[in-house]
Amino acid sequence: MFDLERWEEIFETIRKNKLRTFLTGLSVLSGIFILVVLLGIGQGIQNGIETQFQNDAENRISIWPGRTSVEYKGLNKDRRIQFKNRDYDHIVRKHEDHLQYKSSLYRIWSSMVSYKEESGNFRVEAVYPNFQFLENQDMVEGRYLNHNDLENYRKVAVIGNKVKNDLFGKTPAVGKSVEISGINFKVVGVFSDPGGEREESLVAVPITTGQRVFNGGDNIRNMSFTLPPSDNFDKALEASNNFTADIEKQLKETHFVAPEDNSAISINNSLKEAKRIYFMVSSIKIFFWFVGIATLLAGVVGVGNVMLIIVKERTKEIGIRKALGAKPLSIVGMILHEAIFITAIAGFLGLFLGMVLLDSIGPMVKSEFLEHPTVNFQVAVATVIILVFAGAIAGFFPAWKAARIKPIEALNDE
Amino acid sequence: MIKIENLHKSYQTGANSLHVLKGLNLNIKEGELVSIMGSSGSGKSTFLNILGILDEADEGKYLLDGVPIKNLSEKKAANYRNKFLGFIFQSFNLIGYKSAIDNVALPLYYQGMKRAERLDRAMQYLEKVGLADWATHLPNQLSGGQKQRIAIARALASDPKVLLADEPTGALDTKTSYEIMNLIQEINDEGKTILVVTHEEDIAEMTKRIVHLRDGVIIKDTPVQQKRALDYV
Ligand SMILES: Nc1ncnc2c1ncn2[C@@H]1O[C@H](COP(=O)(O)OP(=O)(O)OP(=O)(O)O)[C@@H](O)[C@H]1O
Ligand SMILES: [Mg+2]
Repeated sequence: MFDLERWEEIFETIRKNKLRTFLTGLSVLSGIFILVVLLGIGQGIQNGIETQFQNDAENRISIWPGRTSVEYKGLNKDRRIQFKNRDYDHIVRKHEDHLQYKSSLYRIWSSMVSYKEESGNFRVEAVYPNFQFLENQDMVEGRYLNHNDLENYRKVAVIGNKVKNDLFGKTPAVGKSVEISGINFKVVGVFSDPGGEREESLVAVPITTGQRVFNGGDNIRNMSFTLPPSDNFDKALEASNNFTADIEKQLKETHFVAPEDNSAISINNSLKEAKRIYFMVSSIKIFFWFVGIATLLAGVVGVGNVMLIIVKERTKEIGIRKALGAKPLSIVGMILHEAIFITAIAGFLGLFLGMVLLDSIGPMVKSEFLEHPTVNFQVAVATVIILVFAGAIAGFFPAWKAARIKPIEALNDE
Repeated sequence: MIKIENLHKSYQTGANSLHVLKGLNLNIKEGELVSIMGSSGSGKSTFLNILGILDEADEGKYLLDGVPIKNLSEKKAANYRNKFLGFIFQSFNLIGYKSAIDNVALPLYYQGMKRAERLDRAMQYLEKVGLADWATHLPNQLSGGQKQRIAIARALASDPKVLLADEPTGALDTKTSYEIMNLIQEINDEGKTILVVTHEEDIAEMTKRIVHLRDGVIIKDTPVQQKRALDYV
């Protein structure tokens, strides 16, 4: 490898055989390039799916009411169910020790939110402080709603990024007053949400204040809970299933809903979803690895083929070199050295171009199912090394065969 | 320098076996200039290739400068080809992408000589064959005669004990042939042992001894009064 004379010989061969070098290099380069982009897209799809489902806490359990679908205890079907504060309070009291985050929600319908001249229609929801964690919201400025806000029926609000940008532009929002359906609320914080704009066009106010000033009485629209995370996924799933079964039974009883009625009360257990998503993500991962390995194999076969052609093309030259006293090992060394050198350079160039492409357009890609495609650098380097190595092995056999044939046979090769 | 005893060689083609060399015996001393003649297919090239360790005999003895050439490892064979033998082919067999001087220097590369020294030596041999000005040209920029001179310079570069030439003038016109023969005679004058395979009577007469092959045996082996090629150019 460090034989300077050999390097000179290789460079001379490469310089004088530009087309061959170019073609060999190009096949390796494009192979690695495609592989890198593919792996990047695979990662991008994975990212996309993960953010899709990371809008909210991943172990969130949401309960919301609907209409009954069967008659029960003398009550008509198609009856609308309305949750009350006491439904929520009851669950919280009963399961207090087992809950991680909890919040009920009262929604203020079609509310105009405005600040000075700017105004817009945003979702306004009256919630508990835990709502932040159920929604995976992060504070950008200020603070979230707190216990005191609820206790004292304070007219305070936290607003999503989108609301902030629409109403305030670049000026700070915390401390300012916004008008919600004609009532002034003081902005105490701005949050971001991994769910993006849709989830950030939200104004959250204390549930107590919301119910009081918007005439909500003790109505709530829905409630959400999380159970504490557990290392054991199956145990966590079992616990959440028990929990949902219990509150379903409880709510059906209080609201006179038939046990078999599935449309009156809906419960969404994210953990159940999560299992499906993990399966989906790992399937996609496996698929892309499969594609990647297939590409790599094709690359190895390609390099092997190129080597075969190169050796065939150089058979006569090998005969001449042998007639002049080249030892078989030096022939093999010459062919492999050149091949490894070219595949390595071309491979890393392909890697580089692929990474540049992913790096330059990757951050701009943000659609529903493809987000920020990137490739793990170590994985990419490893694939190049594997390709070079496997290519060398694939090339070794024809080279070795060529180096072993009688010089006179090699010389007679046309 | 070369001692051959009862040399046999057959070619296997499918089910058939073609017995080409049927027990050759030959002695060549140092400094001789021998031509090998015979009709096409009589086994001249086969014989020369065996002498050049490019091919192997099936049977018989071959001593090259006292060293038995038999069952050599690839490595040894390569070593002997490099140190003891210089081969000149009818079709030149230069490496197309290498310049004249790099072609000449190639045997020295396989001796492990450093590049600067290699090129220096190669240049000396190019001067010897009168092509110093063509050192950086590629083979396809050279005439047939020039290519053969380059090939001769390459064969000489490693200072071998024996020079083997298989129809070195076969691809050249008469005038160029004589120029090449003149060069070969000069090299022989310096003491190098040379074997030349040829079809042509006039070329054979420029050597010092003619060996006739027919049907795989030597039918005639006669010393000749050498004609100097220089008289004909
Ligand atoms: N590799 C081979 N396989 C099979 N037969 C061969 C092979 N090489 C040569 N022969 C046969 O061996 C015989 C001798 O061939 P060789 O090349 O030695 O002849 P030659 O005397 O050099 O002829 P020419 O003057 O035409 O060059 C020929 O009949 C040829 O067909
Ligand atoms: Mg012949």
